[in-house]
Amino acid sequence: MQNNKTLPSKFIFPGHNACAGCGQLVAVQAVMRGLNSDTIISNATGCLEVTSTSYPQSAWGLPWIHSLFENASAVASGISAALKQKKKKTKVVVQGGDGGTYDIGIGLISGMWEREENILYICYDTEAYSNTGIQASGATPYDASTTTTPAGLKSTGSQQVKKDMLAIALAHGLKYAAQSTAGYPDDITNKIKKALAVDGPSYLQILSPCIPGWKMRTDGAVLMGKLAVTTGLYPLLEYTNGQLTSSSITDSFRPQTVNEYLKLQGRFKHLKAKDIKEIQKLANQNIEKYKL
Amino acid sequence: MISKNKKQILEGSNAIALTIKNIAPAVVSAFPITPQTHIVEDLAKMKADGLASFEYIRAESEFAAASIVLGASATGVRVYSATSSQGLLLMTEVVFNIAGMRLPVVMTVANRSVSAPINIWNDHGDAMAVRDAGWIKFFASNHQESVNQHILAYKIAEKLQLPVMINVDGFILTHSYEPVIIPDDKTIKKYLPVYQPPTGTYLDPKNPVTLGAFFGPNNYLETRQMLHEDLMSSLEIIKEEYKLLNKTLANQGANHQRQKLSRIDNGLIEYYGPQKPKTILIAMGSVIGTILETIKNFKDVGLLKIKVYRPFPAEEIVKIIKPAQNIAVLEKAISLGQSGPLYADLAATVMASKIKKNLNLKNYIVGLGGRDITQKMIKEIIKDAPQKNNYLKFIGKI
Repeated sequence: MQNNKTLPSKFIFPGHNACAGCGQLVAVQAVMRGLNSDTIISNATGCLEVTSTSYPQSAWGLPWIHSLFENASAVASGISAALKQKKKKTKVVVQGGDGGTYDIGIGLISGMWEREENILYICYDTEAYSNTGIQASGATPYDASTTTTPAGLKSTGSQQVKKDMLAIALAHGLKYAAQSTAGYPDDITNKIKKALAVDGPSYLQILSPCIPGWKMRTDGAVLMGKLAVTTGLYPLLEYTNGQLTSSSITDSFRPQTVNEYLKLQGRFKHLKAKDIKEIQKLANQNIEKYKL
Repeated sequence: MISKNKKQILEGSNAIALTIKNIAPAVVSAFPITPQTHIVEDLAKMKADGLASFEYIRAESEFAAASIVLGASATGVRVYSATSSQGLLLMTEVVFNIAGMRLPVVMTVANRSVSAPINIWNDHGDAMAVRDAGWIKFFASNHQESVNQHILAYKIAEKLQLPVMINVDGFILTHSYEPVIIPDDKTIKKYLPVYQPPTGTYLDPKNPVTLGAFFGPNNYLETRQMLHEDLMSSLEIIKEEYKLLNKTLANQGANHQRQKLSRIDNGLIEYYGPQKPKTILIAMGSVIGTILETIKNFKDVGLLKIKVYRPFPAEEIVKIIKPAQNIAVLEKAISLGQSGPLYADLAATVMASKIKKNLNLKNYIVGLGGRDITQKMIKEIIKDAPQKNNYLKFIGKI
């Protein structure tokens, strides 16, 4: 395991043109370490697609398809049906961002989960439409300043609370639904392996710090992924057969204050002490809710 | 040798479903919309009764259905879907994507008007909304033609890696009964071999490829040009394949040419009427029967039926209309703010061919939202065609 960690994956090659320090690419590396070569990927439109397949180049070492923004899950259903006819046990994996998952693609994801196909859906959650210039999505956290929810004299940024996508996944009866962050690559790899072992649909949501979106240092993606967990804002979670079976919030969990996380990100720099208090409340609620 | 017992009286939808069963796609996905429903219900029942072995994937929207067949097709198997009207419009983004990705998807469109106002009956507004998507578009005028066009569609699609849409008039063709011969699976297989796309063109872990990559300004234009040129060159291939299909189906009695009603029938167009007509009516789909019946009493009137609308068979059309003085384009669609889309295509064709400067080219919009097109209306159009008056007329009531 220790050796494995730093090995580059043979399924995602260097040479893609993601931003320096991109948190999503850290997560993608960890995901790829959990996959085997008998896998087909269906990818939604977004940063990952744009930066990894600039024709005539491709960074993918696995069979990979991109169709549209909102339909990666339905495309995966079609792949799965074709494989069934071919009597192949090939794994089907969907990759999408939070915009493609929480917003525009949610109806098709629901349809896919309803059909109970053996497909793993991975959401790289950058908490905004990173690819189009950091507009707010259903995954944007409360009080974050984005280009469509800018902080201003009369606004402290997004006034909507982040949608609970994990709960939506669980409501579909998924046997495996989990959450991780780019701060814990091994956790991601382990969860990928567990998700793939399940017979039926599974869901993994990975907080993927976005350098230009979060307005942070280019060496900060892993640190931010860790702080999201240690503050309780984005705990590492695992639901098996609908039950919380693993959580970073245990009896021994000693949370850092949310300010430690917020102060390193430009998207929160407009916040005053009273605003930060509100976000601390959200973290406290999480700590209550996800305690194992 | 025609065995008489092969001819059956079938509902149009049932005829299509039985043909699809014999063509044996691996994956079928659809979402119900009137008047497409009977086709997909029949396919679901065939699957339930063990008469067909395809995966039938129940989609939660037409958008999903189109995406599902896209994914399956990209995995290298034969696929089928069917839709209508709003369903086709909801699919639009995927329809364009399928063509751009060069996937041989075959889909039936049970043509129906587009909302608002909501109306479930037949016209060609839906098909025209995706006119520029890059699909080959067949229009059928009766059940046998619809059956044969479905078989032809798969051959063309798989040979050229191009999607094909078969347009059948909603209710008029989908819900009516006609004598029809469904070619058996053995005969179809002779014409349409088991589908196996070349290695490296589909999703396969043994040969990983990237499909649907990101194209910049340096590459995008050429891919669109290539798609256009491939569509244009499919015209000749459709003609060849149509001949071959008719030859294959002759022993089943299902070859369309057998009826010998038309002077010219090459898969792209059909022409009925005198060699030197004064007036030619041009139309697509089920209205052909009514027009044909009407022009029997007019010695100098011919009828040109367009069977392949995209790619547009301009050269074939020019050959037919050359001797005529008056051209009346009858259309069940309107490009709002311009004219009927077929009329615009004709005008461009006439202009480019320089056949006649003073040709009288007129457009009659008929049958929208299921309005009956009567022989009386057609007679009126024949009478109006040589008149120098408005080039565009809506013919509703006479």
